[in-house]
Amino acid sequence: MRPLSELRPGDCARLTRVGGERGFCRRLMEMGFLPGTQVRLVRAVGIGDLIEIEVRGAHISLRRSEAQALFLERPR
Amino acid sequence: MTSTPAAPRATRRARVAIAGNPNTGKTTVFNRLTGAHQKVGNYAGVTVEIHEGRLALQKSGTVDLLDVPGAYSLSARSREEELAIQAIAGLEPFASPDLVVVVADATQLSRNLYFVLQVLELGLPCVIALNMTDMLAERGLVVDVRALEQELGVPVVETTGTSGKGLAELRERIDDALVNNARHVPRNLTSSLGPQLAEDLALVSEAIPLYWSRGSQERKRALALWALISIDDNDELADVPAALRASVLERRALAAAEGRSIDTEIVQTRYSWIDSRMPSFLKEAGTRPRSRTERIDAVLLNPVAGFLIFLLLMGIVFQSLFTWASPLMGVIEGIFDSFAGWLRDVLPAGVGREFVTEGLIAGVGSVLVFLPQILMLFLFIGLMEDTGYMARAAFLMDRVMRSIGLSGRAFVPMISGYACAVPAILATRTMERQRDRTLTMLVIPLMTCSARLPVYALIIGALFPVSHVFGFVPVQGLLMVGMYLFSTVTALVAAAVLSRTLFKAKTPPLILELPPYRVPHLPSVLRMMWQRSRAFLQQAGGVILVCTVVLWAMLHFPRDPLRTSSYEAQRQALVEKGQSHAELDAREAAENMRRSLGGRLGHAIEPVISPLGFDWKIGIGLVGAFAAREVFVTTMGVVYGAGNDADEASTTLRDKIKAESRADGKPVYTPLVGLSLMIFFALACQCMSTLAAVKRETQGWKWPIFLFAYMSVLAWIASFAVYQGGRALGFD
Ligand SMILES: Nc1nc2c(ncn2[C@@H]2O[C@H](COP(=O)(O)OP(=O)(O)O)[C@@H](O)[C@H]2O)c(=O)[nH]1
Repeated sequence: MRPLSELRPGDCARLTRVGGERGFCRRLMEMGFLPGTQVRLVRAVGIGDLIEIEVRGAHISLRRSEAQALFLERPR
Repeated sequence: MTSTPAAPRATRRARVAIAGNPNTGKTTVFNRLTGAHQKVGNYAGVTVEIHEGRLALQKSGTVDLLDVPGAYSLSARSREEELAIQAIAGLEPFASPDLVVVVADATQLSRNLYFVLQVLELGLPCVIALNMTDMLAERGLVVDVRALEQELGVPVVETTGTSGKGLAELRERIDDALVNNARHVPRNLTSSLGPQLAEDLALVSEAIPLYWSRGSQERKRALALWALISIDDNDELADVPAALRASVLERRALAAAEGRSIDTEIVQTRYSWIDSRMPSFLKEAGTRPRSRTERIDAVLLNPVAGFLIFLLLMGIVFQSLFTWASPLMGVIEGIFDSFAGWLRDVLPAGVGREFVTEGLIAGVGSVLVFLPQILMLFLFIGLMEDTGYMARAAFLMDRVMRSIGLSGRAFVPMISGYACAVPAILATRTMERQRDRTLTMLVIPLMTCSARLPVYALIIGALFPVSHVFGFVPVQGLLMVGMYLFSTVTALVAAAVLSRTLFKAKTPPLILELPPYRVPHLPSVLRMMWQRSRAFLQQAGGVILVCTVVLWAMLHFPRDPLRTSSYEAQRQALVEKGQSHAELDAREAAENMRRSLGGRLGHAIEPVISPLGFDWKIGIGLVGAFAAREVFVTTMGVVYGAGNDADEASTTLRDKIKAESRADGKPVYTPLVGLSLMIFFALACQCMSTLAAVKRETQGWKWPIFLFAYMSVLAWIASFAVYQGGRALGFD
């Protein structure tokens, strides 16, 4: 497993685990961030430390530090 | 908490709730359905705007429509999130809907279906408006509406909110659904829960009170699922029965001990249902090009260019709030002045006339004069929201705002404070957490609002030279800019201090959706601008009006009949000699004010304010400024006998102020006193309408009182430091 923040901009991968504080993790899951879901990192060089992720056709922005709680499967 | 049992439908109007994820076009569809027939609903304890409207249908007659606040899910943690489930399930303070219309974004189908499933689980009749269908082709998507209807068992109508396409059919389907009263819980969904979760659910269902379930098994189950995923040790839910809470906490603790996550199980169950059917719902036609939104964001979210563009935009907004609004404000003031002048001519002389022309009309005028700025501010906010730029602003400002303990969403309300604190406080409604909202409301009044400008203009104009620093930078302009900088820095520092003390909390994690850019839909923007401005007039208008009138009375009463008749005699004498009595009138007004309740108050507070360099006359001005800061100028005009209609540009008033001297012959007003006075105005919370707005938005007296206290203390200390410090350094 590797954290989501290690993804390179433009690359896709499948989620394996969604962690973090309960409210955060629940909201993310309800927005469709679930184990097995494909995500794409759209942007990583925002201002501050925000990253932008595409999931299920939506663009969601998270803080890099908080995105450490999301894990991806290893690339084959 | 009790709920009215659903009355038999024949005897009352049907109720339809419109619900859905944020940004799906829910408001647009709601507006299309109701047209002009809508209002902002009034619910005890609810501060989120909830719109209500009416819709005339062929078979069902007139029905009531309720616009449920947008949410990603019905699960809730905060008081605000709780509203969605209450409105949809018909728990207090909401009445039960007869039908729920879910507006779903066709371009984000799976996530929107997650919401749909929760509504269906409750066993409510439902119609789905599949909106944004015009965007499907661009994204290379095709939705199979028949397949959706088949699996969900409810009508699905394709709509385009912005053009109105499909709305007629939606109306028909709503009508039919109300007549048939059909409900449907999707097959397989309920049976696919894991055995452990099924056991949790069975036990928690027992704790669902009858007034929630109303005897329906489906409701009982659905609300138990809701409770399991919503309740925890530190949620802020207000209306959960104690037994239910205890039951949920027990099951959650057990699950945690076994290493299970109830949340994940519940969410997974619903998404598995959706994901296994998605291929039949949605066909992807070919590969998708990189979207227009992503290309625009490459610039607008660029660390350098994006930030500069943002600052530039804010500069334009800020500038136009002044330059575009001020001519309009002048026009409004002019109208009220000439109206008052006309009344002065036609009404018989006396206290009644003074009350109407100086108290009442000035009061109404001081409310309406803010209208241009407020309309314009809400126009900008509306445009930013409708184009999708608002989320980018939050994105760009997150880092800065986080360093002072706030989220990026606080930025726009805060800059709105430069125009007027009251609409800025209303604008905090775009923030999710009450803590963030309250904190933002407590620092907004420190921003230099436009009511402070006339005061600064008077003081700077009267006391500071029209000279230049380095030969070209005007001193007066520099001071004005300085006051803005001072207020901005103070507000940021205050937020930082408050967030590290009273509002100590972990920075909440950020989940910020960046919606696609859209061309703004002008009718929606204008409608929102008007609705919000009207809310301001209704809420703040009354308070400002009452306060202006009360303060007017305080500054004009009690009257001494002896004094009045003595002045009257002198006036008669002048009239007989054919001389002007304007100067005498001004002297009378000044003496009346000195001896009024307000004047005595000014005297009474002199010991408190003299260490700041202020005398009792300024004290009267400060009393008057409490209604609204700009009243300071007119009050000083009367105190100094410069006439009733003195404004900040009046040379008479400026000269009188310069000429004013203390008992020992030294001038009262020195640049140091002026500076101290401006600092006082920058920091003190002299604004009843701000306090009224904060009281309304925080539902109590605690925060408005705190706000008033901390700002007053801050103002006193800062002015004291400036004045005494300046004197110690040898200034006068
Ligand atoms: N392209 C397109 N845009 C829409 C449609 N319906 C609404 N919009 C736009 O989508 C944005 C969000 O709409 P709004 O009604 O405020 O959504 P709400 O947050 O769900 O209430 C606005 O810019 C609307 O003009 C639609 O059917 N097609």
